[in-house]
Amino acid sequence: MKPAPFEYVAPRSIDEAIAALAEGGADAKILAGGQSLIPLLNFRLARPTLLVDLNRVIELAYVTPRDGGVAIGAMTRQRTAEHTPELAHAQPLLVEAIGHVGHTAIRSRGTVGGSLAHADPAAELPAVAVCLEAQLTIAGPRGRRKVAAEDFFQGYLTTLLEPDEILIDSWLPPLRPRTGQAWVEFARRHGDFALAGVAVSLSLDAAGDVSAARIVLTGVGGKPERAREAETLLSGGSIAERASAAANAARSAIDPDSDIHASKEYRTHLAGVLTERAIRLAYERAKHAEPAALDVRRALETLGRHA
Amino acid sequence: MPERRRISVTVNGRVYARDVEPRLLLSDFIRHELRLTGTHVGCEHGVCGACTVLVDEELARSCLMLAVQADGASITTVEGLAAAGAGDLHPVQEAFWEAHGLQCGFCTSGMLITTVALLRDQPRPSDAEIRAALSGNLCRCTGYQNIVKAVRLAAERMAS
Repeated sequence: MKPAPFEYVAPRSIDEAIAALAEGGADAKILAGGQSLIPLLNFRLARPTLLVDLNRVIELAYVTPRDGGVAIGAMTRQRTAEHTPELAHAQPLLVEAIGHVGHTAIRSRGTVGGSLAHADPAAELPAVAVCLEAQLTIAGPRGRRKVAAEDFFQGYLTTLLEPDEILIDSWLPPLRPRTGQAWVEFARRHGDFALAGVAVSLSLDAAGDVSAARIVLTGVGGKPERAREAETLLSGGSIAERASAAANAARSAIDPDSDIHASKEYRTHLAGVLTERAIRLAYERAKHAEPAALDVRRALETLGRHA
Repeated sequence: MPERRRISVTVNGRVYARDVEPRLLLSDFIRHELRLTGTHVGCEHGVCGACTVLVDEELARSCLMLAVQADGASITTVEGLAAAGAGDLHPVQEAFWEAHGLQCGFCTSGMLITTVALLRDQPRPSDAEIRAALSGNLCRCTGYQNIVKAVRLAAERMAS
C-alpha cells in the first residue's frame, strides 16, 4: 500500500510541463488532483517512472468568460467550480453534477481536467462535458488542438490524449434560451461512484415544445453514452407523452456490464428510470427558465471582473 | 533511488523542514516523520476518511497527497484542534465526548476535522447536510447516530 519509487517534477508553466513530459518518455504520468492516480500508485496498479505534478501550474486554474461561453482551466478544483455562483447560473448542470463527485475532501483536491482526462466510465464530469458540448483544448510538443468532448472519450479510461499531451482547458458554449438541465444519479452511498447517472439538457421553443435535447448516461458502458434516439424522440412535442418513450429508447441503447454492485439487467432498468426522471426535471426547469440569456451574460461579466 | 527533496511544511502552526522521497505519502509524513500519530491511516486509497486533514484550510485525504506536494502548505491535524498548551478541547471534541460520538476512536480524528470544516462553512447544518458531509468518513462502531448528535451539539454550542 505504498507507491513504488518514481522521479518527481513540479513545473510552473504549461510549457515546462510539456517539456518534462516529453523528457520522461512513455512511463511519465501527469499528476492532477491525484484522487484517482494516487490510489492506483498506492496499490501499485500504476508504476510511472516520472510524475509531472501540475498543481503548481497556476495558469491552469481559472474559471473565466470566453467567446460568449465559459472556459475552465484543467487544474480548477472541483470544489472551486462548485462554489462559483456565476457558474451555477451559466452552467447549472455542471455545478449540480459536481455535487455528486466524491466527497468534499475529494472535490477540494480533485480537478475538472483530471476527471475528464482520467475518463472513469462511472464518473460524472465526462458525461456532463459531452452533454454540454464542451470543446477541450489539448497542448503538446506538436502544438495545441481542440476536440469535441464527444470525440475525446474513446472507451474505458481511454481518451484522445497522446502520452505526451496535456488537457489544458474546457470551453462550454452558452446555453440556448429557455434551457433546463438535470443531473440524476443513483449511488449506494452519497459520494460513491454511481451505479448509473444521466445528464439531460433540454431547450424549448416559443410554443413550449422541445427544440433541442441532449441526453448522456454514465456508468452504463466504457465511456459517456449519448442516447441519440431518445433525444430525437423528445423533439417537437410535449414531454408528458414523450418522456417514457425516450427513457425506453435510452434503455435499449445501452449494454452495461454486471459487477459486484449491480447486474446488467438492474443497471439497464435503473438507467431508464433515471433518464425519465431527469427528462421531467429538466423540462420543469426549462419551463421556468426565463429567456434567461441576459442573466447568464450578466453573470459571466461578473465572473470576468473577479477573474 | 530518486533523490530526496527538502520540504518545509507548517503543521498546527509549527514549521517543519525535512528531506523526503517523492513517493512518501502526506499521511506517512505526518505520522512517521513528524510523529503526529493522531492522524490515522485506514484504507490508504481515499475511501475511509480516517486520514483527513486540512491543507491550506481545505479538507484533504492525506493518503491521497504526496508529502512533496505539501511543500509550503499549512496543515491542521487533530492535534491542532485543542487550544495549544491550555488543555482545552475544541468545542467539536467536547461535543463528541459528551454525545458519545466515538467508540474505538479510529475514525474520530477524520470525523473531527471533517466536522470542523463543515461547521466553518455551514454553521447551522441540517441532519441531512451533516450526514452528507460525513458520508466520506467511515465508522464501523457507532452506527453514526451519536456522531450526528455530536455534530448537532457542537453546531448549537458554536452558534450560540
